[in-house]
Amino acid sequence: MAALRRTSRLLRHVLCNSRTTTVVQTRKIGEIWVDGSCINPALGLTEEQKQIQKVATDYAKNELFPNMAKWDEEEIFPVDTLKKAGELGFGAIYCREESGGTGLNRQDASVIFEALSQGCVSTTAYISIHNMCAWMIDEFGNKELSQKWIPQLSTMEKLASYCLTEPNHGSDAANLSTTAKQVGDKFILNGSKAFISGGGDTDVYIVMCRTGEQGPKGISCMLVEKGSPGLAFGKKEKKVGWNSQPTRAVIFEDCEVPASNLIGELGDGFKIAMRGLNGGRVNIASCSLGAAQSSIQLTRDHLKVRKQFGKTLDSFQHLQFTLADMATKLVTSRNIVRMAARALDEDWSEKVALCSMAKYFATEECSKICNDALQLHGGYGYLKDYAVQQYVRDIRVHQILEGTNEIMRLLISRDLLTDGERKYS
Amino acid sequence: MSGFRILVGCKRVIDYAVKVRVKPDKTGVVTEGVKHSMNPFDEIAVEEAVRMKEKKLASEIIAVSCGPQQCQETLRTALAMGVDRAIHVITEPKEYESMQPIHVSKILSKIATEEKADLVIVGKQAIDDDCNQTGQMTASLLDWPQATFASKIEKSNGDLSVMREIDGGLETIKVKVPAVLTSDLRLNEPRYATLPNIMKAKKKPLVTKKPSDYGVDITPRQEIVSVEDPPVRQAGQKVESVEELVTKLKEAGLV
Ligand SMILES: Cc1cc2nc3c(=O)[nH]c(=O)nc-3n(C[C@H](O)[C@H](O)[C@H](O)COP(=O)(O)OP(=O)(O)OC[C@H]3O[C@@H](n4cnc5c(N)ncnc54)[C@H](O)[C@@H]3O)c2cc1C
Ligand SMILES: Cc1cc2nc3c(=O)[nH]c(=O)nc-3n(C[C@H](O)[C@H](O)[C@H](O)COP(=O)(O)OP(=O)(O)OC[C@H]3O[C@@H](n4cnc5c(N)ncnc54)[C@H](O)[C@@H]3O)c2cc1C
Repeated sequence: MAALRRTSRLLRHVLCNSRTTTVVQTRKIGEIWVDGSCINPALGLTEEQKQIQKVATDYAKNELFPNMAKWDEEEIFPVDTLKKAGELGFGAIYCREESGGTGLNRQDASVIFEALSQGCVSTTAYISIHNMCAWMIDEFGNKELSQKWIPQLSTMEKLASYCLTEPNHGSDAANLSTTAKQVGDKFILNGSKAFISGGGDTDVYIVMCRTGEQGPKGISCMLVEKGSPGLAFGKKEKKVGWNSQPTRAVIFEDCEVPASNLIGELGDGFKIAMRGLNGGRVNIASCSLGAAQSSIQLTRDHLKVRKQFGKTLDSFQHLQFTLADMATKLVTSRNIVRMAARALDEDWSEKVALCSMAKYFATEECSKICNDALQLHGGYGYLKDYAVQQYVRDIRVHQILEGTNEIMRLLISRDLLTDGERKYS
Repeated sequence: MSGFRILVGCKRVIDYAVKVRVKPDKTGVVTEGVKHSMNPFDEIAVEEAVRMKEKKLASEIIAVSCGPQQCQETLRTALAMGVDRAIHVITEPKEYESMQPIHVSKILSKIATEEKADLVIVGKQAIDDDCNQTGQMTASLLDWPQATFASKIEKSNGDLSVMREIDGGLETIKVKVPAVLTSDLRLNEPRYATLPNIMKAKKKPLVTKKPSDYGVDITPRQEIVSVEDPPVRQAGQKVESVEELVTKLKEAGLV
């Protein structure tokens, strides 16, 4: 890998050294023509953000992109690559520095997830969930919890999972039925969670469970460590995309959790879960942006070399217009995602609806972009040798998880139709 | 080693992956809206200096970049990789176009003296003009020993032992410090800057100077007459036999 990275950096340069061979390079993401083009993701960023973006893009290019097809095909959860990302500060991006986090803001995080996902959506999406969990501990956990966990989560030596969904409560999560009963200095958990990203392979589970009355106010948030008595996992699910991370059910059978693992107060769980998801939605939308960016780059290059009817494809107006539509959708999506991130940084009261809009709009539009990219590749787009099909498969689920896009519209319309104080904001 | 100071050169160049285009008026190449980054060999030089500091073989690293305003971005990258402070020797973009290795060498040697550097490390060449001159001329101006094309640097009783890449093999030489080294491709693999270090870099000192502050006159001694694309390679032909080859060569009037 090391040698590869170095060679790829210097290729196309005939070096005045007899032992240097020139390598013919296949196309790379983050292609250089993007600088100075209207889809340049660096447009409008501060100098510092550009430096951060550069590191994330380099990391995506060198460490993720060359492996994304293999990780998908062989369903490999690249734990070592995650740890390396942790060393660079990608594990607890928006946790406080005092607790051992990186101390950046949500706009920075969005830039990072967008850049990383160009190299592998699935791996980046897991990193984004891990970051969401770390933030929930840092923001709502007491000092002991955050001092114990944030440093290890930041380096990604320990990995985290978010556990809200249940087999019978997906969109209707506020009615979840996993219970936790306090017995002395312990909670005893019973029930099961479905579709848990990282489940079985991660070390820390942030679990929403019922400690009180029906509805959202009876839910609490617990940190459950892998290895706790009574904690078990279902089989690894077979999925359309997101194959570089496992998805499993997480099962609690009289699972014992120390009472000190309660995050926030009793009854705060649903609020904590939703606050986490506001950021999660911006993050996951950012992952869709990266896939769309990369797909447009690949398509543009393909159109310029592929010849049909005696001309390169970029000379057909229909394809030019399609490309223009894709670029316009990308930049518009990026704008709303960055605006939502700003709403979180500045704690606007409209943030819930704005994060929902960002997630809804960007994940829908970016799926269309990637699908169009596949179409413009013709038959080749359908082959696994070409990256576009994987972007299509990997970002499809962004329209479903972290609140389906129907639920996003529910939240947006609620914001518009409610008089007075807004819910959960 | 306390008090051991390393000076590294950091040139801002058009990114290695960019397909360089000649300006229509043939006065140079297109730089506007084109991705730039730190010269890869300078990145290797920075990495080596940082590793020496980590091994406590050096106590301070100073990065220098000569050129227009945007060179500060390159210096920030160096600071994020672990350099302690930076000096930006600013020039007008126009002046920069005609700046030669001799000018940069004069500036580097002045800074090396002023800052009491014990070691200067620069890339063996910049990937834009491919000159391969700055290190050597800096050594000459300072009258210091030089070890060029370094692929391994080690300390050996106060001196440095440097493995050099030479035609057909490797050569190991000893140099006394102060010295000038130039880094080759295999010296090391530069690290990624970490996010916390990018943020810290913002607070590290970066001073701006002019060439005249070092008494260096950068008036051009050369004039670029014309910059042209290399000729497009003609398609070749396959021949079946030696006879056919000879016939073709005769036809072309080459034999
Ligand atoms: C790969 C993957 C990873 C996941 N990772 C996690 C994880 O790490 N942690 C976690 O907690 N969850 C995770 N999930 C679960 C995910 O959040 C849920 O799948 C999602 O919330 C939808 O719930 P559901 O699947 O039960 O669908 P349902 O709620 O049954 O919805 C089915 C359909 O009905 C629509 N619908 C439901 N209610 C309404 C309504 N009131 N109005 C209009 N339409 C409605 C939905 O939008 C959807 O289209 C993951 C899911 C997947 C696929
Ligand atoms: C799984 C699979 C099975 C297949 N099976 C068979 C088979 O059994 N037999 C067989 O013969 N073929 C088969 N094909 C080939 C298939 O028919 C071609 O892939 C298809 O015709 C498109 O050609 P192409 O892939 O060369 O794309 P291209 O022709 O390169 O097209 C690329 C893109 O440019 C667009 N485009 C091209 N020209 C124009 C234009 N003038 N104006 C506007 N847009 C244009 C196309 O619509 C497309 O979006 C198969 C393909 C796949 C993926």
